Amino acid sequence: MMAFDSFGDFLAMGGHAPYVWSSWGITFMLLIGAVLHARLERRQLLTTLRRRVRREQARHQPVASQAPLNTAQGGGNHDPQA
Amino acid sequence: MWAFIHKLGSPKWFYRISAKLQPWFWVAAAGLIVTGSLWGLAFAPADYQQGNSFRILYVHVPAAFLAQSIFVSMAIAGLVYMVWKIKVADMAAAVMAPLGAAMTFISLFSGAVWGVPTWGTWWMWDARLTSMLILLFLYLGVIALRGAFTSRDSASRAASVLAMVGVINIPIIKYSVDWWYTLHQPATFTITSRPAMPTEMWLPLLLMVLGFYSFFIALTLMRTRSEILRRESNKRWVRELVEEKQ
Amino acid sequence: MQVSDTAPVASAGVALGEPGGNLMVAITATLKRDLTLMLRRRGEMLNPLVFFALVITLFPIGISPDPELLALIAPGLLWVAALLAALLSLDSLFRSDYDDGSLEQLLLAPQPLAALSLAKVAVHWLLTGLPLALMAPVLGIMLALPAGSYLILALSLALGTASLSLIGAIGAALTVGLAKGGVLLSLLVLPLYIPVLIFGTGAVQAAVFGDGVTAHLAILGALLAGALIFAPWAIAASLRISING
Repeated sequence: MMAFDSFGDFLAMGGHAPYVWSSWGITFMLLIGAVLHARLERRQLLTTLRRRVRREQARHQPVASQAPLNTAQGGGNHDPQA
Repeated sequence: MWAFIHKLGSPKWFYRISAKLQPWFWVAAAGLIVTGSLWGLAFAPADYQQGNSFRILYVHVPAAFLAQSIFVSMAIAGLVYMVWKIKVADMAAAVMAPLGAAMTFISLFSGAVWGVPTWGTWWMWDARLTSMLILLFLYLGVIALRGAFTSRDSASRAASVLAMVGVINIPIIKYSVDWWYTLHQPATFTITSRPAMPTEMWLPLLLMVLGFYSFFIALTLMRTRSEILRRESNKRWVRELVEEKQ
Repeated sequence: MQVSDTAPVASAGVALGEPGGNLMVAITATLKRDLTLMLRRRGEMLNPLVFFALVITLFPIGISPDPELLALIAPGLLWVAALLAALLSLDSLFRSDYDDGSLEQLLLAPQPLAALSLAKVAVHWLLTGLPLALMAPVLGIMLALPAGSYLILALSLALGTASLSLIGAIGAALTVGLAKGGVLLSLLVLPLYIPVLIFGTGAVQAAVFGDGVTAHLAILGALLAGALIFAPWAIAASLRISING
């Protein structure tokens, strides 16, 4: 039932390989790209929101407020070395 | 009925229900597109006139269908937003526009590439290609207008109005371009209109079209969910949700 | 108690006059005001006409002075150049009213905004579309447009630019609040101009070839009728978005 005799024939597309494969290639690139973009967007958004929630929790609890302080010190130590 | 619409309009409720629906559409999209692609690429018989170059049809036609459908969906979402002030509708419209533009681009690109073996040139002012090009400009206009406003509310309403104006104009543009084309190029061979396609040729096409539609729904659900989180990030339920996920 | 309450309302109603007459008064007032304002700024009014003539001058220089070739492409050239000239004038349609705040007054008026904006568009057409249509035959002569098509050229442009003004006003209303609305305006509006362009040039070409032109003019008329029905509402909605946003 296959329309081609061999895998080589399939790739050659009866001499129309560049046209067929470039169209299909662009299409799948855009489809997969759209999915990857949506996943990345969601992940980045969740990270940002999580960070914001944590920051606000830190502001309400005095013990946790040391966390940003520590990172600030780390940054201070790092700068002269650089 | 009204309670249902009101419920659907609540971002929280939409977020919950779309989480349940989304996987099914992803599975359907993946299954249909993979099956349709294999069938269309390897098993469907070659066209007696165009040989194997006709296999571009399986990406060209679904993309073209989707490009037009997405614009209509976008305009309907804009109408829903303008009339009932349902924010989710506008979020959906906002995420649909880039996908619609991408689909228009795919159908334009594949149509132009298909032109090389059939017409011997990369570009013909064919009626379908010309309408698609105009549709691409309409999409770019909607996206650019939404981006041009600083206030989100104005951006949403302006984009909704433009989408509705565009959707009223699309049939007029399509018919006038068809008329213009027949006037200037009488009875030329158009790529996609063909007499009685055999079953083993159109069945994979049907699968691809359904697969593309499922893909559109799944991606729109997914991105609308992200958009809900972004715009509702100050709401309590979003905070609780984010905390749960830590 | 009740009598004293209703009495001032009734007298106020009498003072304001019938609602219908009120609307007509408001429309004529808008028409008069806009006409006066536009006629005071003659330079701005002349700009599209000069632009039209200039663009038409560029084509023989850019393509070829050969009359036969020019006659062939003249209908399209004239229409495209007129369309661009009309587009050029759109940005100023609501701009000065937006800047000096009179657009807000228009929004606050009790009369429907759609009707008032239609009056503004009518003035815009009267002072850009109509002069362009009247000027086109002169430029047609310069492009060696075959005789017999001049009347149709003017007529199709007069009909077509009315639709262009209406459609363009939607785009102008959407972008009037934006600092850099100019380029965006052409992106929004030009795709919507295409049907008018197709049937406008179609009419002139049919006249050149000696075919019947009534069908083309009828379709141009139908497009104008459609634009007259839908565009005012879209313009009003767009103006509200631009002002309140």
